[in-house]
Amino acid sequence: MSRLDALKTRIKEALPGLECVIGWQKGYDALHNTPLFIRGEADVDKLEWGALNVHNPAVYLPSFAGKKVGVVVKGCDSRSVVELLQEKLIDRDNVVIFSAGCDGVVDIAKVRAKLAAAGLNAGNAEKVAVDGKTVTVTAAGKAVSMPMAEVAADKCLRCQFPNAVLADAFVGDPAPQVQAAPAADADLAALDAMSVPERMAFWRYHMDRCIRCYACRNACPMCVCRDHCIAQSREPHWLSQEDSVTEKLMFQVVHAMHLAGRCTECGECQRACPMDIPVLALKKHLNRTIHDLFDYQAGVDVAAIPPLLQFKLEEDNIKERSW
Amino acid sequence: MPVLTGKELRIVGFLCNWCSYGGADTAGVGRFNQPTDLRIIRVPCSGRIDPLFIAKTLINGADGVLVSGCHPRDCHYAEGNFYARRRLEVLKRFLPILGIDPARFDYTWVSASEGQRWQKVVTVFTEQIHALGPATRHENVSPELLAKVASAIQGGNRVAA
Repeated sequence: MSRLDALKTRIKEALPGLECVIGWQKGYDALHNTPLFIRGEADVDKLEWGALNVHNPAVYLPSFAGKKVGVVVKGCDSRSVVELLQEKLIDRDNVVIFSAGCDGVVDIAKVRAKLAAAGLNAGNAEKVAVDGKTVTVTAAGKAVSMPMAEVAADKCLRCQFPNAVLADAFVGDPAPQVQAAPAADADLAALDAMSVPERMAFWRYHMDRCIRCYACRNACPMCVCRDHCIAQSREPHWLSQEDSVTEKLMFQVVHAMHLAGRCTECGECQRACPMDIPVLALKKHLNRTIHDLFDYQAGVDVAAIPPLLQFKLEEDNIKERSW
Repeated sequence: MPVLTGKELRIVGFLCNWCSYGGADTAGVGRFNQPTDLRIIRVPCSGRIDPLFIAKTLINGADGVLVSGCHPRDCHYAEGNFYARRRLEVLKRFLPILGIDPARFDYTWVSASEGQRWQKVVTVFTEQIHALGPATRHENVSPELLAKVASAIQGGNRVAA
């Protein structure tokens, strides 16, 4: 039985006790899957499992607070669920986690680039077939094969958790561990290589095209303030309506700082960005900092307290300045 | 134009009410000489300081930010400064990735009786900021540097394709 069929069987069994089960279904074209909310048995057959399930369904969980729901997760998504449980933003008794081994998802932007290189438009994609190491996209009657390693999302190239950290129903064989590809953190490496003024120019260059749509925030499973986000509040008035790099960058700083010690690097902020701004680099850098300072990784242990919500009388790695 | 334009820089200090603000007051009462670049904002506790206060101050063009609170174990509210220490250290290490020199921000602990220590902290920090000079804002990045960074970004807008 395939992973997908096994998942469907388990969901059908559990569905009568659940408000809904969140997963993925076929989207508006062959290249895109979209989130699926399974409310009845007929919906279960729409479920998809595979390389096109790019979204993180954990983002919807806090909006179902108080209701018992199921969620289908990849390994990386399960970390977001764990982090939400850690912070008591959702209740363990009210969430049923379904999962299976994940062999990685594609980065649609990379697929689009590959198709463009072959003279094809991603909008014409008719069929997508993924078998192990190769993705074959048929567009305008022409099939283009691309190695999975070249179109996989960056996070998949250095994935530490191909299997869910926490699951109530884990089906099929676990997926094998990934050997971290050296190029996976190229964005951080590129920033590290720059001087401090160059980084200022870098963010000036990128944030200039931000349209302040807040897609990065809305796609983030850890951004739970929703309508109370300080980016749009007038009291306190953190950000003005002014269309300046300062205001746009300040929002990214707000987002990153509010995720310090909480971000599981699912990469949804950057994937959702319609302007292709490398906003994940800020969070990656913060996660690295948190790891260096507190030897902590978010979303792996339900019982762990996030590092900025606790302290030690004598910090191990903080060397204060002597004046 | 104010007489000190060009001689003074804009340094913002966030001081906790119970120790450092008192320490600054002690330094004043003791008539210790201090540079006058620092503008003080009094907060209830260093734990009240959201790191975003500092980030916003620097992004909006302040030349330096100094945070000072009670010594660890001496917090008026018992543990506010322990939380602050973690947050401030994370922020200090976050600033360089944004293109802000981390030397423009420092945090320290000064008690209400340490007027001399306050004098030293302010003097050393102000000298440090003067050595760095006025801060550049993201909006005022030089066109040459912008062009250099932009030309290095190839293959779409991603840092690395």
